[in-house]
Amino acid sequence: MSRNPLDLVRARPEPGFSFTFDGEPVPALPGQTVAAALWSSGRMSWRTTRDGGRPRGAFCGMGVCFDCLVVLDGRPNVRACLAPAHPGAQVTTQEGDGHAGLGA
Amino acid sequence: MPGSEHDIAFDLGIVGAGPAGLAAAVTAADLGLRTVLLDTAPRPGGQFYRQPAAGLGARRPQALHHHWRAFAQLARRLRRHIGDGTVLHLAEHHVWSVGAVGSAGSSASSASSSSADSAGWLLHAVSGPEGLAARTVRARAVLFATGAYERQLPFPGWTLPGVVGAGGAQAMLKAGLVLPGQRVVVAGSGPLLLAVAASLAAAGARVPLVAEAAGYAGYTRGVSALAANPGKLAEGVSYGVRLLRRRVAVRTRSAVVAAHGADRVASVTVARLDRDWRPVPGSERRVSCDAVAVGHGLLPQLELPVELGCRTRTMPDGGPALEVDACQRTSVPGLWAAGESTGVGGAELALVEGELAARSITAELGGLPPTGGGDHHGGRRLERRLDRRLDRRRARLRDFAELMATVHRPGPGWSDWLTADTEVCRCEEVTAGQVRAAVDQLGAGDQRTVKLLTRAGMGWCQGRMCGSAVARLAGQDDPVGGRPLSCPVPLGLLAQE
Repeated sequence: MSRNPLDLVRARPEPGFSFTFDGEPVPALPGQTVAAALWSSGRMSWRTTRDGGRPRGAFCGMGVCFDCLVVLDGRPNVRACLAPAHPGAQVTTQEGDGHAGLGA
Repeated sequence: MPGSEHDIAFDLGIVGAGPAGLAAAVTAADLGLRTVLLDTAPRPGGQFYRQPAAGLGARRPQALHHHWRAFAQLARRLRRHIGDGTVLHLAEHHVWSVGAVGSAGSSASSASSSSADSAGWLLHAVSGPEGLAARTVRARAVLFATGAYERQLPFPGWTLPGVVGAGGAQAMLKAGLVLPGQRVVVAGSGPLLLAVAASLAAAGARVPLVAEAAGYAGYTRGVSALAANPGKLAEGVSYGVRLLRRRVAVRTRSAVVAAHGADRVASVTVARLDRDWRPVPGSERRVSCDAVAVGHGLLPQLELPVELGCRTRTMPDGGPALEVDACQRTSVPGLWAAGESTGVGGAELALVEGELAARSITAELGGLPPTGGGDHHGGRRLERRLDRRLDRRRARLRDFAELMATVHRPGPGWSDWLTADTEVCRCEEVTAGQVRAAVDQLGAGDQRTVKLLTRAGMGWCQGRMCGSAVARLAGQDDPVGGRPLSCPVPLGLLAQE
């Protein structure tokens, strides 16, 4: 009864890895985007808006809406739904325009 | 201009490797055209045939797809043509501008003076993780197979995490094998909703409800289009059966009129709608969920052809489409279009249009004997028969597309479910109250004026998410979407052009 997407397509993924999101480890499978891995770990938001400071995550899932912006390895404004996760990646919540605390 | 890649001239440049672009690329290559296929994704297939990433080792990707066999065949033919050098596939390349060769700046503003017999076109693309790598290719003819994105109509709470695009949920599932939640309400309008609900349910999510704002009875008004497309009817029935089996309730003339939750959606309010999509007072009820997949049909991606001056028409649902002739030619000589860009109609139609476009382009470039002449009588007859068969299929699928757009045309009553503080523009956080003030008090009569007054549509997505809602609040159809650049481009790159 407990179906899941991997079983549905009879996936035999290559060995998984992990990256960190705001310091916490997140498991990922090879080829998954940052957004897919975050969804898989139950996280649906990883950005706060510039004016209202409200939480946002992936919406369009195909690189159009830019709602899923994240700071990836120190680079702000990366679309999490397009960027592949990689072992050891450091992903952090993007606050506002993403430039606060970058010291630049 | 820097770089030398564009010294290699291609016969045909195709923007987009979805069903239309793929079908066109393999057909053109079969007929001997040197073809360059540019696409933003790492693998061909577009949104419809989005494949699980290779590392996920999916042995049965077709479980998430319709018409997978057609795609598998195309992908095989494409690989062969890439192998023999007839097709160059530039994956992860975003074409941001197309211009006629030899015109000043060779970019957006240079539309009018060109044709297939002129020096051709330059396609400017960016690639790399930050879009910093530039590449320009030259082609004698260009085919736009740019596909579509989802039309969104906002409702209170639609910016809560857990509320995602229906197409977005589908894309994330197909490519990443992930779900947005355990209990997913699917809502909006259009046949995509059934496909999404069926996929989510098959992949293990509970789908307590599909709320379709239109009524399926509308399809019976197009009896002839329906009768000519038994495949479409069967497809609808097959989704219905699969949803029934998974105990998914499909409710027509219903909409999610609000999403509730603190940091994530926890429930939605569903209301019955009247014919004009106005919520029926007293019909509201709560449905608990941890995700919502929402979408109101598709809108074609038209920035590039519109900037080049290609004429558009309006579909019955208010969405724009490129005007094309029987040969898939746009109104600008040397530019062709196929698939959703000529009017949203689905993958099957896109495949036919892509093939027809490639045949027309080959004939015009002198590679294929036009069906009226030539010496090889047998071959000619065969060609003519194929053309006629494709023509007929296109006509019947196009009829169905028009019917679909008529049935799912957003009713004017949708805006009744907006509250003053409902965010309309997700990027700039502009509310329905602000948009209405611009329309009612400041007299804004179109999306562009509202944008100038409120910043709605000025953010990263360039109005793709809010454009339809803003235009409709201002009393218009969906905006055509002309933008000088089709994606954000580093300033340094623009300075080089």
